[in-house]
Amino acid sequence: MSEAAMPVLEARHITKRFPGVVANEDVNLKLYPGEILALLGENGAGKSTLMNIVYGLYKQTEGEIIVRGKPVEMSNPNDAIQLGIGMVFQHFQLVPVMTVAENVMLGSETIKRGLLDTQQVAERITELSQRYGLAVDPYAMVEDLPVGVRQRVEIVKTLYRNADILILDEPTAVLTPQEIDGLFDVMELLRSQGKSIIFITHKLKEVLRISDRIIVLRDGKVVGEADPKTATQSTLAAMMVGREVILTVDKDEAQPGPVVLDMQDVSAKDDHGQPALRNVSLQARAGEIVGVAGVQGNGQSELVEVLTGLRSLDSGRITINGLDMTNAGPRRVTQDGQSCHVPEDRHAYGMVDAYSVAHNLVLNTYFQPPFANGLTVDEQAIRRHAEDLVERYDVRTPNVSVHAANLSGGNQQKMVVAREFSRPVKLLIAAQPTRGIDVGSIEFIHQQIVAKRDEGAAVLLVSAELDEIMALSDRIAVMYKGEIVDIVPRNRATREGLGLLMAGAHSEEPAPVAGKAG
Amino acid sequence: MGGISLRRIGRALLVPALAVITALLIGAVVMLIFGDDPLAAYRGLFSGAFGNGRAWSTTIRKMTPLILTGLSVSVAFKAGLFNIGASGQFLIGTVFSVAVGVSFEGLPIYVHLPLALLAGILGGMLWGAIPGMLKVFTGAHEVIVTIMLNYVGALFAGWTVYAGGTQGQRPGPLWDPTAGAISETADVFPSAQLPWIFGPPYRVHWGVVLALLAAVLIWWLIFRTTVGFEMRTVGQNPRAARYAGMSVSRMVILAMVMAGGLAGLAGAIETLGLNHKFAPEFSGAVGFDGITVALLGQTNPFGVILAAFMLGALDAGAARMQFQSGVAADIIQVIQALVLAFVAAPAIIRQLFRLRRIPEQIEETTLRTSWGG
Amino acid sequence: MTKNGVLKKSQWIAGALAVAAVVMAVLVNTTALGQYTWLRVLFGVSALNFTLRASVPLVLGALCGILCERTGIINIGIEGMMLAGAFAAFVAKVATNDWPLLASLLFGVAIALAVGALMGLLHATLSIRYRMDQIISGTVIIILAAGTSAYLFDRDAVAQGKFGPVRIPLLADIPVIGDILFQNPPITYMALLLVVIVHVGLFYTRWGLRSRACGEHPRAADTVGINVNRYRYLNTMLGGALAGLGGGFLVLEAVGQFQEGMTAGRGFISLAAMIFGNWNPFGALAAATLFGYTQALQNELLLAGVTQAPRQFISMLPYVVTIVAVSGFVGRVRPPAAEGKVYETEGSSE
Repeated sequence: MSEAAMPVLEARHITKRFPGVVANEDVNLKLYPGEILALLGENGAGKSTLMNIVYGLYKQTEGEIIVRGKPVEMSNPNDAIQLGIGMVFQHFQLVPVMTVAENVMLGSETIKRGLLDTQQVAERITELSQRYGLAVDPYAMVEDLPVGVRQRVEIVKTLYRNADILILDEPTAVLTPQEIDGLFDVMELLRSQGKSIIFITHKLKEVLRISDRIIVLRDGKVVGEADPKTATQSTLAAMMVGREVILTVDKDEAQPGPVVLDMQDVSAKDDHGQPALRNVSLQARAGEIVGVAGVQGNGQSELVEVLTGLRSLDSGRITINGLDMTNAGPRRVTQDGQSCHVPEDRHAYGMVDAYSVAHNLVLNTYFQPPFANGLTVDEQAIRRHAEDLVERYDVRTPNVSVHAANLSGGNQQKMVVAREFSRPVKLLIAAQPTRGIDVGSIEFIHQQIVAKRDEGAAVLLVSAELDEIMALSDRIAVMYKGEIVDIVPRNRATREGLGLLMAGAHSEEPAPVAGKAG
Repeated sequence: MGGISLRRIGRALLVPALAVITALLIGAVVMLIFGDDPLAAYRGLFSGAFGNGRAWSTTIRKMTPLILTGLSVSVAFKAGLFNIGASGQFLIGTVFSVAVGVSFEGLPIYVHLPLALLAGILGGMLWGAIPGMLKVFTGAHEVIVTIMLNYVGALFAGWTVYAGGTQGQRPGPLWDPTAGAISETADVFPSAQLPWIFGPPYRVHWGVVLALLAAVLIWWLIFRTTVGFEMRTVGQNPRAARYAGMSVSRMVILAMVMAGGLAGLAGAIETLGLNHKFAPEFSGAVGFDGITVALLGQTNPFGVILAAFMLGALDAGAARMQFQSGVAADIIQVIQALVLAFVAAPAIIRQLFRLRRIPEQIEETTLRTSWGG
Repeated sequence: MTKNGVLKKSQWIAGALAVAAVVMAVLVNTTALGQYTWLRVLFGVSALNFTLRASVPLVLGALCGILCERTGIINIGIEGMMLAGAFAAFVAKVATNDWPLLASLLFGVAIALAVGALMGLLHATLSIRYRMDQIISGTVIIILAAGTSAYLFDRDAVAQGKFGPVRIPLLADIPVIGDILFQNPPITYMALLLVVIVHVGLFYTRWGLRSRACGEHPRAADTVGINVNRYRYLNTMLGGALAGLGGGFLVLEAVGQFQEGMTAGRGFISLAAMIFGNWNPFGALAAATLFGYTQALQNELLLAGVTQAPRQFISMLPYVVTIVAVSGFVGRVRPPAAEGKVYETEGSSE
């Protein structure tokens, strides 16, 4: 990493404008051979846009990309691939119903007598996976693979194309702490073999651990460069957000009351009819936050769906506030169960994009007075209600008749939170409540969750972000392959311990506090 | 959907109006290519639709069932369903209303007529319920089922008036023995006929008023009631609807039943007001036209009225056009397809006329694509 | 789909039924069993021959659907593409009545293919370039084809001659089976061959791999440099050509003339065959044969006069079977994940 070396990749004065938005403004960046460069920034800072330009998916509005000293014009990913650039996307770009080999060769097929030569591709994959410690079965169907393995397939895909500049977009978001260690080992191995890596993330700890250099992006601009040897989490956070950030959530000791949510031996299947929950038992008491941790796809989504009436149970029993809610359906769970639900995917479940903010704010209360009188709806009442909530929950919108699709992600989420939290509830179920939104909105939502707990609600918080679980929960349940492997009180939980549980290891001690303490 | 301003209405009308004009222009080019005289054709078309009182009454007559089938398709659209089955529902509605109309001699008109109309609605509802239930309980896509039911419905309707076969096949239950070997029903009793607003030669019956009332009712239902809110939510985002505690299954069935009922009412009005009987050659093509009407009217009930007027005028003028200019009336079908294309892809019109894309505040109708799995 | 494609139970059942049908057919046509009218209706050479003839347009239509939908374009306009192909074949045939018969017929086939492909291009353009809802775009294709063919149809025109059967030496001498399978006109052979070609193409070639990727996960295809929309245009046109050939079959091989609306729902039944066959060419062939058989049965029942059921109910058979098939199976099949959705490269918004 000598200063004299010529950068393998350089971005000069890159500006990217979308209609109404400047995603990148005058960004300069250099990547030297054999280094890991971290690109740090919060959601929406323009990291992914910049990398999509480097990978040929977007065309920059201004500026130029220089690869190995030569300015290049890229019109599609093919050009980038030709130049030895490979990208591992945050949302994996794999075809679920195809095999690993088919996915790897897609776009760079090997042909023998007019037909695909799968065998040769498979051999090449085996060879690559041995060399870089990326064990994958070339003939496995991608949809059957766990998340960690899919990521390996993505990396193999870039190596198969002989990439020596690798872009990893938020690669740790879906991994357990131990899997992250494994990924970092692979990254170091790749670096030692001369590959250059751009590591995109918003996680401060990881940046300090793995990178050789850090570039911080905010609002589409480079706000500075940092050296991981001297930087600290708080200096990086301040650069990333532009102000002092409270890294911890302020909250008092929980005062648990009576049991609000009680699920006993619940089993359920996923959309493909495979078992997704196996004999899950979990309780949540009034005034406590129970966090549910786990690698995505281990049954957390199904857990939430079962609790909120969106998925039916095969066996088991759910009680909310002493009422039997087994297979009750969403309407009864929210009404009789006095519960609310912030769904994990707001676009799929939590909102109707083409509805106004006002209509979205009555999505599940539209039939109650004052919004409806018997059969007819009262648009005036709906509007007044919306204006009140928008104010109280700081939803930034020009007015309440704007289509919800036009709000930013953070404001959409605040709109959903406003609708759900503004009802008097005894049980709050929040799934990935801060996924993909800005730090300001995250802080706000975290405060609201703690406030609900202090008002006496039982809170079930499902999150893939271990930091969020650690920051908010009073007890932490860990899921693996549809089971709750353990429930740990917050004060006895460590990242490493949780990580092992997330990978399926049962805790050493018989967990005396776990089930009963809650 | 709150404030209604003239500007908004104007903006909403711009693209459909340009779509119709463009379709007529392209129709003219097609006629030129194949040696027809478009000017003469359109002159004939216009005079056939608006030339005199009788022309106007024809337009109104043609418009009436189109309003109802257009509403039928629109209601399904609002719930995210594509009802290609309006023609089958129309025919079953026809058969049911005729069945009541040729029975119960001596009932007073204020009992018999409503009964016959209700029977038509009921028949259509039944035929609409089948694809709705199959979709909910088996996942069968409504597009294929409604299309197949169009054929089945036409065959079933044909059988009810079947004069019988040579191999001992019994005649259909509605066949009129006095018609001999001809397959048709008797005339419905006068007590089941819709009275004229303007009698012959104008022949405008009260059906048009019923159709307009239906449009107002449907508008109110969709935009002013909780049921309408649920239906639109299901159409926009079924998962969010489920999350919000609405019953997607109930809305899917309800929307298809309503759609069927509206198409069935169209069939009832057409027979009770105009034909007074049913024969197998009566087609439900007007049901298929409902798709064009619904899209041209942007699935808004008032838009549907305007669109039905537009298409009704085209239909009304077609015969006179063929008679006056010798251009085959089938060109109208080509023009209708073009209208449909242009309203369904406003991007073409915007590009042609260099219009700016206006930020849409109308809920764009989205169909649930894919065959479900 | 290729490697770990486990033969599912339904496929075993289908296979067993097919074998049973062949055995019955041989028995009925060679032994005294043929005296029973009902058995002759169900398994006679003419019933099975008719089955094959009725299946050809369905197979071609279903292949059209498979090509389009495997790349992510829903095509309910098969009916319209087929009708356009039929009309085009008729016009071409009439215009070349004075050519040698074979040349004239081949010209008809070529034009049917070309017009079908053009309809495919129109469907692709409307749904990709102009982002029209694909189901509505399909409806436009249907109405346009029906209207245009009716407007342009010269009811006095007569096409002279049609394709005759071609005996395949040796094979045609096998009793019963030879009569059914190896004495057919050329488009029938071509349709069966196309099933194999499309199957190999989809699952064993670069084109097929890329096409399927476009239909399942277009962004994944895009990120490895595949031009998603180019594949969608290409396959929709290829599919359109096949549907056009299906129409050409009706005019040039089955009927010999054109009639308004002569496709009579075959395009829609093809669609059901595609779904029923789980978007696989051989599956679609099996389903098309089943639907073809119901049509044959309808025909045979009416001819044989073995039933007093009014003909309308017998004619409902193919449509009812289609509804039953779609209702019973749609929950168990898995359509291409990305079908019906416009794919936009993310940078294209400027």
